[in-house]
Amino acid sequence: MTIDIQKIRADFPILHTLVNGKPLVYLDNAATTQKPQIVIDTIVDYYSRYNSNIHRGTHHLSNLATEAHEAARKTVQRYINAEHTHEIIFTRGTTESINLVAYAFGEAFINPGDEIIFTMMEHHSNFVPWQMMCERRGVKYHVVPFDTQGDLRLDIFENLLNERTRLVAFNHVSNALGTINPAQRIIQMAHAAGAVVLLDAAQAVQHVDHDVRALDADFYVFSGHKIYGPTGIGILYGKEALLDAIPPYQGGGEMIEQVTVEKTTYNKLPFKFEAGTPNIVGAIGLAAAIDYLDALNFDEVMAHEDAVLAYGHKKLLEIEGLKIYGNAKRHTSIIPFNIEGVHHYDLGTLLDTRGVAVRTGHHCTQPIMTALGVEGTVRASLALYNNHEDIDVLVESIRQVLKILGR
Amino acid sequence: MSTIQEIQTQIIEDFSFLPEWDERYTYLIELGQKSPALAEAYRTDENLVRGCQSQVWLHRDCCQGIVSLQADSDSLIVKGLAALLLQVFSGQPAEAICQADLHFFEAIGLNQHLSSQRTNGLMAMVEQIKSFAAQCVGK
Repeated sequence: MTIDIQKIRADFPILHTLVNGKPLVYLDNAATTQKPQIVIDTIVDYYSRYNSNIHRGTHHLSNLATEAHEAARKTVQRYINAEHTHEIIFTRGTTESINLVAYAFGEAFINPGDEIIFTMMEHHSNFVPWQMMCERRGVKYHVVPFDTQGDLRLDIFENLLNERTRLVAFNHVSNALGTINPAQRIIQMAHAAGAVVLLDAAQAVQHVDHDVRALDADFYVFSGHKIYGPTGIGILYGKEALLDAIPPYQGGGEMIEQVTVEKTTYNKLPFKFEAGTPNIVGAIGLAAAIDYLDALNFDEVMAHEDAVLAYGHKKLLEIEGLKIYGNAKRHTSIIPFNIEGVHHYDLGTLLDTRGVAVRTGHHCTQPIMTALGVEGTVRASLALYNNHEDIDVLVESIRQVLKILGR
Repeated sequence: MSTIQEIQTQIIEDFSFLPEWDERYTYLIELGQKSPALAEAYRTDENLVRGCQSQVWLHRDCCQGIVSLQADSDSLIVKGLAALLLQVFSGQPAEAICQADLHFFEAIGLNQHLSSQRTNGLMAMVEQIKSFAAQCVGK
């Protein structure tokens, strides 16, 4: 393996800070990832050198900003292998991308008598917008359960699909279980039934395959801040024909062609969906993050993350009473666990005093917690800069914390 | 009985002997373990203060303008923090609770548990104690 993790770690300044007097061990990457220096520098450079509003370019700075913003769109297109640049819509994040589709696709294509399907494994952001849409449009939804290992019940999914199914929404990787869902297969099944598919790639785009054309996703959504980019920027990819067929989501500047008192006509893709001044620096920062990741060999990144994940599983399971949730056939980067008789909040709080950052609670996936029969879990989640040493510190810290908790 | 202010001062002094995080949390956890579990009859939905991460049950009583409280939590740390709150508030005149400035959490470096809003139900618990006290004044 040629990937140099020490060198990568040196690129992320925050990894060298102290938390509660201890070197930070950051294992909350499924919540948000840290940023490499190049992303931070890109943001500073934008505000220092060419901050300006875009697409109104009569002056030099506006031209520079517009070019950088549109180059960022091309970078995203290249990374996910979309056919056209205008199939890339900038949003605030995964949540807004999903809400956009739930609203606009719902308005155009969902009618009483139709059905949609999502899964029990979704983040609330890929659950609630569909419930809201179904209520608004007066249609029925089905929820696909998962088995005790954390794999979706595709047999049940197959039975739920029918000629009334208009849309299927699911995540490529579960934020609470780490399951890698067989996206290609699910998408094929949905397409065979005539349904459109939204793939939530918030936890996938940075860890696993992300070729939208190979996956054949109709809509593909993710957030910049989980792929080493800034917060407040996200992506909605949609196939051109679909994006053309659905109405705008918000009205305002940028998204119009012509406005008169009588009638407004809308701009073409992608601007039709980008009302208002966009998060210009966010888009440019996201492109810098993608360029950073793209400069590495992605197969090596995946192999490294898998090696640390496997090591984490092995070491954590050596702790008495520790149970790992989610042992799907294929899984990535996320280790959800509990220790018998220990509350996740207590464990998380005490790990924090040792500089170890994990997430605790229900992870915005209350239906999953209900299915697992727990109130919450501790979740250690990895990124490309985590290494075996991080796991060692986590495990040693848990052992110390258990003593304080009288176990 | 000591006033709310005096009790807070005492807690701050107690914690000043515990400079390390481990010592503070060990003390808190012991405090939680020592405080009695809430009777099953009081573990009702009505008494449940739901947090995102942990839950607190808070039983309230008002008798002649005096507020008495019992609490429990599924988290040892939160139960310890709740025990501190009870030391400060339980048995105090409702009026004094309404007017109290709760500052000891910050002084002992545990404010994160309170300021994290919804996460552990503790902030909601303080709000409920205060609004209960407001209703209890003069009763």
